[in-house]
Amino acid sequence: MVNYIPVLLIFIIAVGMASVIIILSRIAGKNRPTREKLMPYECGVEPVGTARERQSVKFYLVAMAFLLFDIEAVFLVPWAVVFRGILESETYRSLKYVIYAEMMVFMVVLFVGLVYVWRKGILEWNK
Amino acid sequence: MTNLLLEWLIKTIIILLILVTAVAYVTLMERKVMAWIQLRVGPNRVGVGKLKLWGLMQPLADGLKMIFKEDIVPLQANYWLYIAAPALSLVPALMTFIVIPYGSTITLFNRTIELHVTRMNVGLLYVLALTSVGVYGIVLAGWSSNNKYSLMGGLRSSAQMISYELALGLSIVCVLLYAGTLDLVDIVNAQNGFHGLAWNVFRYPLLIPVFIIFYIASLAETNRTPFDLPEADSELVAGYHTEYSSMKFVMFQMAEYLNLITASSISTTLFFGGWNGPFVGRAPYLGPIYFMLKVLGLIFLAMWIRYTVPRFRYDQLMKFGWKFLLPAAIVNIIISSTVLLFKP
Amino acid sequence: MQAEKLLFTVFAVIAVASALNILLQRNPLYSALSLIGTLLSLSALYVMLRGQFIAALQIVVYAGAIMVLFVFVIMLLNQPKDQPQVEKQKGLRYLAIPFAGLMIAEMFYVLRPIRLSTLPADQSVGSTWSIGTALFTDYLLPFEVTSVLILMAVVGAMVLARREGD
Repeated sequence: MVNYIPVLLIFIIAVGMASVIIILSRIAGKNRPTREKLMPYECGVEPVGTARERQSVKFYLVAMAFLLFDIEAVFLVPWAVVFRGILESETYRSLKYVIYAEMMVFMVVLFVGLVYVWRKGILEWNK
Repeated sequence: MTNLLLEWLIKTIIILLILVTAVAYVTLMERKVMAWIQLRVGPNRVGVGKLKLWGLMQPLADGLKMIFKEDIVPLQANYWLYIAAPALSLVPALMTFIVIPYGSTITLFNRTIELHVTRMNVGLLYVLALTSVGVYGIVLAGWSSNNKYSLMGGLRSSAQMISYELALGLSIVCVLLYAGTLDLVDIVNAQNGFHGLAWNVFRYPLLIPVFIIFYIASLAETNRTPFDLPEADSELVAGYHTEYSSMKFVMFQMAEYLNLITASSISTTLFFGGWNGPFVGRAPYLGPIYFMLKVLGLIFLAMWIRYTVPRFRYDQLMKFGWKFLLPAAIVNIIISSTVLLFKP
Repeated sequence: MQAEKLLFTVFAVIAVASALNILLQRNPLYSALSLIGTLLSLSALYVMLRGQFIAALQIVVYAGAIMVLFVFVIMLLNQPKDQPQVEKQKGLRYLAIPFAGLMIAEMFYVLRPIRLSTLPADQSVGSTWSIGTALFTDYLLPFEVTSVLILMAVVGAMVLARREGD
């Protein structure tokens, strides 16, 4: 429980370090703004249009697919951690085939999801 | 309690100092390795005073130069997000190192000091969580710069990172099947048999393809070649860090090299026995040395790959991640669990 | 004991402040970032409640996957800054306050009999072993149903997003 305080500690120190670096470059650098330096960079020409245009929907699909398979991976973690212990412990040893089969069912169902995403062409072209 | 706090503080500061120096010298190592692979000599002139010192002061010179560069903030950028994004990239990269064990225990000043800052029983999940949070720095940097190239580069970079995070997570699951615990200290301690050579890749040869999947996925996670299309110099200008100058750019580069060091450290911890090696039981000071050698070896491997293999096109990259690495990791989990079930 | 109270107060204040910030920001991306802040402080609160596994999973899944999806969608839609939303039905605004009051009253009514409980004595209640074994013995059916739920979500999201194009 108390082991998690270093996380807070290093977070504070790292944020402090990052702030010091940013402030350092602010005060130590030159400050000679010209019009060209302050414009968005577009390979030397005047920028055409704004950057806030609509992007492709494929990013949304990739993020969605990532989310769902990430949840699957997250269910796999406790299974993987307890699997070996179950094979060796006395109380749960009789259940080892059942627990294995349970996870295989889970993975088959999600594999069907992956096949669906694959066949629908979500993972194609741009990606 | 204050004793514990002081111990943590000292260990954290030592680790941060070592890391910052390590990042600086990994950049020098990269340039030297690149040079020697390309049949030339890298930076070898920056020394101290009259001594050439083989260019070892190069990172210091580069760092000083970058501090004095002009810090340009584009007019149309979202100011606070623009400034915060490099920090958002750097902080998770630094936070990983508190759970990695660097050695067993040493006795110093009449105290037994364990060579890891803290010991979490969900250490590996903590590392995975920080990798997931690292995506935000990139995508927010791309968006807040208000530049088309930055936005496209940022979105593509982050889409690539999240795709390979799946293969990363699933290969970690495969290691967990054999390790039975999420605690990194326990995972390394379990690899201590056989004169310190009972590393996971030797004990469980089925972990060798898992290591390959993990390593490739971590190369893609850290945006290294051959997966660095979103930030390559001849594509998309410079991707998400186009509009950054001076120290904020340095922070992005630091975060990238820190991620590389993190990926190598986790690889050695999971697959190559962490600090284990011959005679480490008798001389615990050898632990950190073995660890450093292994991490340097894996970093050299990453650089070797970078200067040998051409870049992937973006759609090839995504296809590879989803259609090859992800099913490969799943198949590995099924095979490993079946083997464990029928032959413990 | 004092340190625990102090930490709890700090993280609770951060969580509530970030949650309020979600409502007060005009730019939707800043709201999403405040939500990430809320989730991170919630994760710290889970750690203090001996739920380390859930805390790590909260960051991996919620702050690391779901919020990435949110951020991607906000960037894809790319509303111009500070564009005021067109309000179709003005009267609903006045209906919201009594309903909010009703919900708060209901919350007080439901939470009335809760007594302050103490934390579990041993640390193993939130550990991976106990969660894992419980998940595959006592809670097997919800686990398998979750896989079907995820499959439904995959199919649904892909169908919805691809209806216009092809």
